[in-house]
This record gives sequence, C-alpha cells and structure tokens, in this order.
Amino acid sequence: MNTVIKNIIRFSLFIAVQVFVLDKIHLHQMATPYIYFLFILWLPFRLSRPWQMVIAFALGFTLDSFRHHPGFHTAACVLIAYIRPFLVNLMIPQEGADTNYEEPSITSMGGMLPYMIFTGVLTFIHHAWLFMLEAWQFGNIWYFLVKTLLSTGISLMLIIITELLFVRKQKFKTNTI
Amino acid sequence: MRNIFLFIRRYFNLLFFIFLQGISIYLIVHYSRYHKAMFGNFMNQVTGKVNEQYSQVDHYFRLKKTNDSLMAANEKLYNKLRSDFDLPDTTSRSVIDTIRVDSLEQFRKYQYLKAKVVANSVVSQNNFIVIGRGSSGQLKEGMGVIDPNNGVVGIITDLSKDYAVVMSLLHTDSHISGKLLHGGETGTLSWDGKTPNIISLTGIPKSAKVARGDTIITSGFSTSFPRGKMIGIVEEVIPEKSTNNFRIKFKSTANFYNLDFVFVIDNRQAEPIGKLLDQVKKQGQ
Repeated sequence: MNTVIKNIIRFSLFIAVQVFVLDKIHLHQMATPYIYFLFILWLPFRLSRPWQMVIAFALGFTLDSFRHHPGFHTAACVLIAYIRPFLVNLMIPQEGADTNYEEPSITSMGGMLPYMIFTGVLTFIHHAWLFMLEAWQFGNIWYFLVKTLLSTGISLMLIIITELLFVRKQKFKTNTI
Repeated sequence: MRNIFLFIRRYFNLLFFIFLQGISIYLIVHYSRYHKAMFGNFMNQVTGKVNEQYSQVDHYFRLKKTNDSLMAANEKLYNKLRSDFDLPDTTSRSVIDTIRVDSLEQFRKYQYLKAKVVANSVVSQNNFIVIGRGSSGQLKEGMGVIDPNNGVVGIITDLSKDYAVVMSLLHTDSHISGKLLHGGETGTLSWDGKTPNIISLTGIPKSAKVARGDTIITSGFSTSFPRGKMIGIVEEVIPEKSTNNFRIKFKSTANFYNLDFVFVIDNRQAEPIGKLLDQVKKQGQ
C-alpha cells in the first residue's frame, strides 16, 4: 500500500481510538492512557524534519479540537516530533539501518530493548510536557511526577499490546539506493 | 545579509520547532479570544457531528441508567402535581391566588430546554461537555445547565448552529457562586483539577456554622441559575490558616461520569438585567 494512504488511515484510526475508546475509560485521575502519539513514532525514517513537525502539529490540533481547548496536545506532539530524529540516530544499531527499513519498529531498531527505550523516552517527554502545560498554575511537583510516571507506564503497556496485536511487516531494502 | 540566510538555513529545524511551539502556547494562553473568532463555529460543528454519531451508539448502552434517572425526576414532578393535594373547601378559608397560570405566560421567568449530551470529559483539568442543541434551538451564551435531578452541571460558553459547548463545574476556570442552604453565606466554587465530583467552595467566613452533610445551593445572583438549584453536599470543612475563611470540600449532586440528558435554563429576564448593568458601567466611565 502507498505510504501516504497508509499514514492517512493510521492518522484517523489513532484519533478515533484515542477520542472514542481511551478518553471514555476513566481509569483514575492520576493515570490517563494515551496512544495517539504512536502515530508520530511510526512515521517513516526518510521524512524530513520540518514535515514531521507539521504532521505532528496537525495530529495534536485534531485531538485538541475534540477536547475543545486547542494547544496542549499540539505542543506536546511538536516537541516529540522534534526530538525523535535525535533519538533515532542514537538508538539505531547498525550503520544505515534507517535507509534499509522504512519506519521504526522492533526489527528495524534491532531488538525489543532499543525500541522500548526509544518509545519510553518519547512517551515520558510527551506526557511530562503535556501535564506541565495543563498544570501550569498548580506547581505541585509530586503530583506532577507521579501522574507523569503512572500515565507513561499505562501508555507504554498499551503500545506493547498494539505492537503485539498489529505486526507491521518490514521489508528489508538493500542499501544500494 | 548572507550571514542571516546562512544562519536561518543552518538552524531552520530549531527555528521552525520554536515557531510551532510558539503557536501552540499562544493557542493555550489566548484560548478564549481565538476560540470564539475562528475555532468556535466551524470546529464545533465538525467535531459535534462526529461525536453525535458516536453518542448514538453509546447512548444505547446507557439506556438503563438514563431510565433510572428519568424515573427519579418523574417521581419528583408527580409529587408536585396539583391532584396530589387534597385542597380544602374554598368557602371555609379565603386564599389570595398568587399563582399566575398559563394565560399570563409573559410573566414566566425561567424556561427549561432539554438537550442531549453529545460528548463529555472528566479526566482532564479543563473539562467541557458538548450538547446537541445550539443557537438554532434558542440557546445563548451564559445560560446555566442542570442535570435531570436538578444538580448544577455548568454554563454554556460557546455556540454553533446545532451544538453548544458547556464549561462544566470540573473546569479550573469555572467560578459559579454557591450558597449554604442552612446559613445563607455565599462563596465561590472552584475545582482543583484533581478528583472529579469533588469541588471546593471558598469565601465562607469562619463564623458560619457548617457541618458535613449540609446542602449547597445556587445563590441566584447571576442570571444563569435560579436560586436554590442544588450544587452539592458538604464532605469536609477545612479552616484556611492564612485567611478568616473556610475551604469547604463538597460532593457535586450531578454525577459527571454518566451525564446523558441535561436541561438548559433560559432566563427570560437576563437581557433587561444585562442592559441595566451595561448602562451602569457606562455611567461609571
């Protein structure tokens, strides 16, 4: 399937799941499950960085429209889209793996551990920035830390489940481009 | 000049990132002004349509709960019926009839308009409810919203043709005035953004007699709610150390987790009162 069409479908699915499934689950005030930003983590390697940020902006803005207060998720999404390429460069195991594979996954990152570090760090940054913007006026550091850590845990669990349920077949391309 | 272009080219990603973050934070801070100008009407209509499709499915699964709450509301209304009361013979007692019925519809002050909840949130720190009735259904900004059991839910902040956004009590910017039923002291409601259904009432002097289980009602000072709509029941009374006031934590009457139908209160006299206030403000300038 064409990459563009695939990503458009993914975009709408992630938004739908976030708005109509996860937002309806009231687990606890301290632990809010988020998964929609996995869309940004799954963007192709070869996409240029400004485009990644523009797409992240669009994703965050769409989710914010459903929450009726624009800005929060937009800011968090743009931040992780900006940081993502640095992490990809750090975590990618062998030379040129980002040209051999299309997008980040367990196989292309070279195992479960690097992939989990990659998603874990970005999830944590996303949550921390989001909750910090939301709790601007409260300034209770423990509340903020516990909420971020618990939510990161729940979101990571959801991401693992998603990875296990939807296996993305990654074609290995030769490095002669 | 060439150096500036070189600089921009080298740090384009960083600059672009800062630019996008700037837009987002601008949106957060200037939310209300921006929201009303361009976001409100169009996005409300779009997300409202999507949410309505979903709520049609969701609504089916909650029929039982909705039924129960409607039954409770009906029960209350039946108890108010005239036929429930065995009226004494009018010849034995003279009564001045003060109730203005039907033919005097122009004396009506409050009208209740029913609306269906299309989308609802409780987990974030600024919660909104979207209802499936808008400016075409004679709603206006600033009208109060209650649930079928007369518990206060919030105030309408944004409108489109078919949908309205309600700022619920569970919003950190929501400040409705509340009153103790027992003593009559008035204070302001605020939500700390943590536990849903638990809201605080501030500004009640320490001289007031408050106990757990007391009722908090609307004060009737604003044009949004009539006096005496129930807001909640006191859970905990905390004396503030730095001021002479209590901080009262109470449980809201409206259960924000399972709102399905709500009533919007249309105050027919809101407009003349608003005009009068505007006049006073102008004179003061």
